[in-house]
Amino acid sequence: MFENFMIHTWIASTIIAVTAGILGFFVVLRRSTFAAHALPLATFPGAAAAQLLGIQPLWGLLGFVTLAVVLLHQLQKLGRKDVAAGLVLVTLLAVGSLLLSMTNTYAPAVFSLLFGQVLGISAADLWPVASIASLVLIGAMGLYRPLLLQSAFPELAISRGISAGVIDILFLGLLGLVTAMAMPVVGALLVFSLLIAPAAAAQSLSARPLQALVLAVIFSVGMMWLAIALSFWTNWPIGFFVGSLGALLFTSARLFRYIRHRWFSQRLPAAISRPMKLIPAAQPGEA
Amino acid sequence: MHEHTNLPTPATSSHHADTSCASVLDVEDLTVSIGGRMLLQGVTFALQPGQLCGLIGENGAGKTTLLRSLIGVQPSPHGQVSISGLSPRKSRDLVGYVPQKINFSPDLPLRVYDLVQLGCDGHRLGPRWFSRRLHQQVMAALDAVGAQDFAYQRIGELSGGQQQRAVIAHALARRPRLLLLDEPLANLDFRSANELAGLLGHLTRVHGIAVLVTAHDMNPLLPVMDHIVYLAKGRAASGSVREVVQSATLSKLYGYPVAVIEHGGRVLVLPHADAKVGEDGCYLMPNGSTSGGQA
Repeated sequence: MFENFMIHTWIASTIIAVTAGILGFFVVLRRSTFAAHALPLATFPGAAAAQLLGIQPLWGLLGFVTLAVVLLHQLQKLGRKDVAAGLVLVTLLAVGSLLLSMTNTYAPAVFSLLFGQVLGISAADLWPVASIASLVLIGAMGLYRPLLLQSAFPELAISRGISAGVIDILFLGLLGLVTAMAMPVVGALLVFSLLIAPAAAAQSLSARPLQALVLAVIFSVGMMWLAIALSFWTNWPIGFFVGSLGALLFTSARLFRYIRHRWFSQRLPAAISRPMKLIPAAQPGEA
Repeated sequence: MHEHTNLPTPATSSHHADTSCASVLDVEDLTVSIGGRMLLQGVTFALQPGQLCGLIGENGAGKTTLLRSLIGVQPSPHGQVSISGLSPRKSRDLVGYVPQKINFSPDLPLRVYDLVQLGCDGHRLGPRWFSRRLHQQVMAALDAVGAQDFAYQRIGELSGGQQQRAVIAHALARRPRLLLLDEPLANLDFRSANELAGLLGHLTRVHGIAVLVTAHDMNPLLPVMDHIVYLAKGRAASGSVREVVQSATLSKLYGYPVAVIEHGGRVLVLPHADAKVGEDGCYLMPNGSTSGGQA
């Protein structure tokens, strides 16, 4: 499992898991889950476009993700966020189906773009992953406070002079970079699982922003490692493991929170934590 | 009730010392139109340090728009707003803003402490390093609103009154001279509303902050309020509470019969649904008095 050719897989997937965990924290906080789903799927036709033009697939992905981010941002300004994400998704998927029909890309290649080919990573694949990841990490670290304030309390950010539009486009830009970087490795559908499940689980477990962020990264990396190991041993697709581990993680986190609440509510002074008892209505005739 | 201790007061807070001291907020001839519709027209008023001013008017009278132009979010083609002599965009440090009721999701991974911390430095770039000064600043703001007891609880799991206090602490974090609140009493029960009104009174008296607050139900605020600005049809007028809180004035302002009664030493404002419109356009209260015209 730790043979030479697997080293690159471990390195690339760890880098991707760390960045996805960090950005996922903000995706969940901003309730941009649907955008995070739409972006990778709208980006994957980029690979087909790259093949048509005879350029590196990464450039095609970056081109399409830029297009998707700009479209998404502009449509969001007009109205509802979810409609914007849906429209971008179907429009670019439609373009994608056309492009795929024009190339001689055969089914397994499409399959690997959707579900990733994490076991076949070369040293040359590591450079774009590492450089884009460091760019995203620097961006997320620099924007941490305004992004946190604007994502959690958009109404309060306004009076601090933080522009919702600027934060939105910067965040979508970072998300787009992660998408384009992670897609050749883990696939369009898995980027999404890595973004959502660890962050949602972490936020339901911790009430401190920085702690929840670190927890999201730990969950994301742990999930990735376990999925690779399981996939290696069973020869089943890694996508299956990432997706189902994510669901399992989220369910256990919610269950843990529920039990902790129950446990605490029995121990705290009654007046603080217990729901108010309903006072039975006085019967007529009673004193 | 809550114990307020010392929020470090700004240097200019000696409010009862001299009445001639510069006002915190000066609005002159402010005009705002949105989508071709004139919302505010020639609005002029001023606020002194330590003054608690109510901003009243019907729904859609432009109260929120006025507050938004005071924080520099709503551009105004005409007129001037100055806060301690600065334009709204340059005086963000001097103004605290509490927007209308925010819905906090119970899953937000932030505690009251984190919200107040973001009030201090939420606009800054780069990672946050631990600093004792920041911690003290946060604790002072929590202290000022009596929120220490729930400072480390998830904000989405608190009661409406506690959340409102948390947001006020966020707004106070940078020690503003002017605090703007948009319907802070909406959705609060009697006790929370009265406590909040007491808190606002405390902030003006003890910390010398000028407070401008919009409210539909002004009863909890009447004991602490000393000035009223009212908006109707885009225009504003202001006066002392004694001048404005009169049956005739308020009925005219709202275009709806309003009764002002005294009960147990307190003045109360109530809608008066039984009143009928007399021939002269004045409201006839059931007890025979007349009140206000239909504007």
